[in-house]
Amino acid sequence: MKLTLKVWRQKNSKAKGALESYQVEASEHMSFLEMMDVLNEQLIVEKKSPITFDHDCREGICGSCSMTINGSPHGPQTGTTTCQLHMRKFKDGDTIVVEPWRSGAFPVVRDLTVDRSAFDRVIQSGGFISVNTGQAPDGNAIPIEKDLASNAFDAAACIGCGACVAACPNGSAMLFTAAKVSHLNQLPQGEVEKTKRTASMVAQMDKEGFGMCSNVGACEAECPKEISIEHIARMNRDYVASIFGGK
Amino acid sequence: MNLDSKIPVGALGDKWTDYKATMSLVAPNNKRRLDVIVIGTGLAGASAAATMGELGYNVKTFTFHDSPRRAHSIAAQGGINAAKNYQNDGDSVYRLFYDTIKGGDYRSRESNVHRLAEVSTDIIDQCVAQGVPFAREYGGLLENRSFGGVQVSRTFYARGQTGQQLLIGAYSALSRQISTGKVKMYNRHEMMDLVMVDGKARGIIARNLLTGELERHSAHCVVLATGGYGNVFYLSTNAMGSNVTAAWRAVKKGALMANPCFTQIHPTCIPVSGDYQSKLTLMSESLRNDGRVWVPKKKEDAAAIREGKKTALDIAEEGRDYYLERRYPAFGNLVPRDVASRAAKVACDEGNGVAPTGLAVYLDFESAIQRYGKSAAHSQGLDESDQVLVKKLGKEVIAEKYGNLFQMYEKISGENPYKFPMKIYPAVHYTMGGLWVDYNLQTNVEGLFALGECNFSDHGANRLGASALMQGLADGYFVIPYTIGTFLSKEIRTPQIANDTPEFMKAEKETADRINTLANSNGSQSVESFHRRLGKIMWEYCGMSRNADGLIKGRQMIRELREEFYKDVYVPGDADEYNPELEKALRVADFMEHGELMILDALDREESCGGHFREEYVTEDGEAKRNDADFTYVSAWEWDDNDPKLHKEELVFDNVELKTRSYK
Amino acid sequence: MSWITNFFSSSIGRKVIMSLTGLFLITFLIVHLVGNLQLIAGDQGEAFNQYAYFMTTNPLIKFVSIGLYVMILLHAVLGLVIYLKNKTAKGIKPTARNKADVKWASKNMALLGTLILFFLIVHMGDFWFKMKFTDTIPLVTYDGWEPIKNLYEQVTITFDNPLFVVSYVFSMLVLGFHLWHGFGSGFQTLGLNHSKYNKLIDGIGKLLAVVLPIGYAIIPLYYYFVMR
Repeated sequence: MKLTLKVWRQKNSKAKGALESYQVEASEHMSFLEMMDVLNEQLIVEKKSPITFDHDCREGICGSCSMTINGSPHGPQTGTTTCQLHMRKFKDGDTIVVEPWRSGAFPVVRDLTVDRSAFDRVIQSGGFISVNTGQAPDGNAIPIEKDLASNAFDAAACIGCGACVAACPNGSAMLFTAAKVSHLNQLPQGEVEKTKRTASMVAQMDKEGFGMCSNVGACEAECPKEISIEHIARMNRDYVASIFGGK
Repeated sequence: MNLDSKIPVGALGDKWTDYKATMSLVAPNNKRRLDVIVIGTGLAGASAAATMGELGYNVKTFTFHDSPRRAHSIAAQGGINAAKNYQNDGDSVYRLFYDTIKGGDYRSRESNVHRLAEVSTDIIDQCVAQGVPFAREYGGLLENRSFGGVQVSRTFYARGQTGQQLLIGAYSALSRQISTGKVKMYNRHEMMDLVMVDGKARGIIARNLLTGELERHSAHCVVLATGGYGNVFYLSTNAMGSNVTAAWRAVKKGALMANPCFTQIHPTCIPVSGDYQSKLTLMSESLRNDGRVWVPKKKEDAAAIREGKKTALDIAEEGRDYYLERRYPAFGNLVPRDVASRAAKVACDEGNGVAPTGLAVYLDFESAIQRYGKSAAHSQGLDESDQVLVKKLGKEVIAEKYGNLFQMYEKISGENPYKFPMKIYPAVHYTMGGLWVDYNLQTNVEGLFALGECNFSDHGANRLGASALMQGLADGYFVIPYTIGTFLSKEIRTPQIANDTPEFMKAEKETADRINTLANSNGSQSVESFHRRLGKIMWEYCGMSRNADGLIKGRQMIRELREEFYKDVYVPGDADEYNPELEKALRVADFMEHGELMILDALDREESCGGHFREEYVTEDGEAKRNDADFTYVSAWEWDDNDPKLHKEELVFDNVELKTRSYK
Repeated sequence: MSWITNFFSSSIGRKVIMSLTGLFLITFLIVHLVGNLQLIAGDQGEAFNQYAYFMTTNPLIKFVSIGLYVMILLHAVLGLVIYLKNKTAKGIKPTARNKADVKWASKNMALLGTLILFFLIVHMGDFWFKMKFTDTIPLVTYDGWEPIKNLYEQVTITFDNPLFVVSYVFSMLVLGFHLWHGFGSGFQTLGLNHSKYNKLIDGIGKLLAVVLPIGYAIIPLYYYFVMR
């Protein structure tokens, strides 16, 4: 299949970027990133600068890949990361626009690569259970109801890719933050630090310059792990409780 | 060189406990004055950095990823072993130890493996306390499943993403230490060289990948947790970025590389579909719990399937060869990975493979769907003879157990695995070999430690499923925080290491030269094309089965390729900018040297054991033939560009009897 | 008192205030509609005028109405602040349009809100301002009453103008879209999201988003097409 790609090219974080057009011959069995590899190989042979993009595991779990494809983070297939998106989802002759994640808190590093370190700082502000190595009681000491464990898991499935922020018209990181808060707050092990965790993670999220949630739902529609905004509601609840009920 | 493995004396079961009780410690006020560098933030690296931060050391940690959470440990699907015996099925620390030694084909160190089995139970406790959402039963207690090569259910899992959940646990512990300032994190930084001062590892040269700037980082010791080198084969289930560079740089500074030829080929991967592929995808081994492996009995049927004239559904039950069940009735579809992989290769080599390439076998869930469906119908009081209903219920159970894996398979292959059996083929997955370490996980270089897949320590010639996560976390949480004290307790009078000494300046200069050579190379072929060719050579001559002629030829080819690489590679961009092609070029350069060492090791080891299968050394019925009389040793290689030198560490087995591994 | 400033300056705090004020305004809309439907009671405005008199003179209602003005202002000002902050937070928008299955109204609450604010200004200028601060409204006397302002008459005059009728009906359409997202969104922000009740909340929200604007729009249409 013959495709026209319009790819965002930007030399570094300070430079101005623009979309550039490329022609590429792809097979429908390729993944989207394999198609990008083919294009890059082509560019290198022509001694042009290849397109930079983050990618690593290519199994849909590391959360590295971050392309906005035709306006959708990770492209048109629901519940799928860019690396797992295959070209059979496109048609011969298609024009595909490929851009980086768009959000003020995710500055472009180069081409399609963005800086997502804000996420790490949100986690550092409280996305953990304070237990030193060796302090743990037996794994079966606290039984956890299967449904509850499963619900916590749904939130824990977050791969930290940032598609939620990229999808959000407000550049909000509520789904990411809520997924972590909801995962830990629900579990008995994490309940102890619930109040402090929620307050400080929300504060850090705000500090990083992410936007405010207006319950549009684009995040949940684009999340490759299909995390529900129900977790945002839980975080809202826990946050209000942390402000009015906390010390 | 005298390889002192520093195994403590005493009975196997008491070694670790006694050793811990008597080893030198570093007092808290001294810990504050000691700096530790940790490279890599996977399970081993993140857990080590977090724990050492908790203990009070000043830790600096490095990853080439944009975030520590992206390390490739994240991709492990199936689970993590622990000798908890929660299922009351006869498991014990000794049994886990024994299974691991046996599974590794008696090429690992008893003492290290026993320690691994001992601490395995603590890992589960630690992870649960961190909030890792392991699978649970209705009673709220932890659930287990079974994995290849064992007869108990000791694998803890978190849907199909155990690695990600464990890594998030370790990453959150690390994040907590970063927030307290005890750990300083450098992301998008790659270790380019190891710096030695007076024969001790005292720091690294790191490259800031965003700016290309070289940085000198000093510390009292350096811990490598940089994973395996499977990507030397180009196509593997490793992440695109996984590389040998950090370990290889250590080798270049005198560290020994142990058992480099021990590579694990995982039997259940999605088959290669085209030349454009740069990476293969694993389907968790847990699928073999319920999937049955088969190929058509008749070559005509296989040919018809390859040509698209027939599908798997057209082959009647009697036309199918469930070759694992036939050849290994005791373990059936759950034989260890090396055995399953070789059997698939044999089936395909004989002309019974099923994909258009002829390189695939079926993994079929129909029996499991029937079995689960009937049981579900029975427990719900429904009609067990209603085929449609049974199928529907059975599929629901399968979806509950493996839903995300099935989904992933469908996304990649475009085929519905609930309807057609999966097609699978072995692919490079894990490397048991790695830096040689002693009982303290210290390499032969003083002050240089290696953890996780990066070392050679625990898996011998073959790793059992769900043991990699176990080893990574055991090393990071429960071993290195103790054993690093054996070195650091002697360093409490050493002041902070300066990073502007001649040793550092020289290493920085050498690194800059090495980078500039590649950055300025203006040949005509891409880095990727060289990597692909290297991978083909390795797979062809040092892959699933090896022979002396091929290995000799392969070595020659790699040397030629290396020469061509430096003459004709083209690296776009500059050294002082974000340049992923340059990063790749530096890694491929190291892979080429390492690949050669793998071949040499494979050539030296004139026996078949575990993942290392020499065609010359087989039993009459085609099984691997180990040679315990001559090869019960660890090969530890000292690199030399022309003539690498082999050092041997004899393996002593006081507690287990060396038997021919039989899964029949 | 730093926890209060924390709350007001935090993203979730602001959103909670948006949702509380918004949900309060919806209850006002219901009450207001019930009162206004007396305009089409067919009694020449007697009930409505007496109701209007009560609403403008009763001290309790006067007190509550101050609360209402504060709510409207808070909702509008905070909405504007959130809009501006979010615009900066997003930075450059993607060139290609996202086709995700998202309600149009959800992405355009600020625009819809601004239109409603404009309508409110015009609407309050028409009736509330004239009623409270001018003597332009004619008087009417009912049995047993002192002369009171004939707001009913003012409504008749206003809706004689097709321009007003069109703009009122259009504004109600805008209000409908605003509510279509707003009601459910308010509950989500307050954390009231539960798979058991989500459908109910969503249903009530959509019902209100349809019924309230239609109820309001009937009045000008009735005056223009039936009463004239």
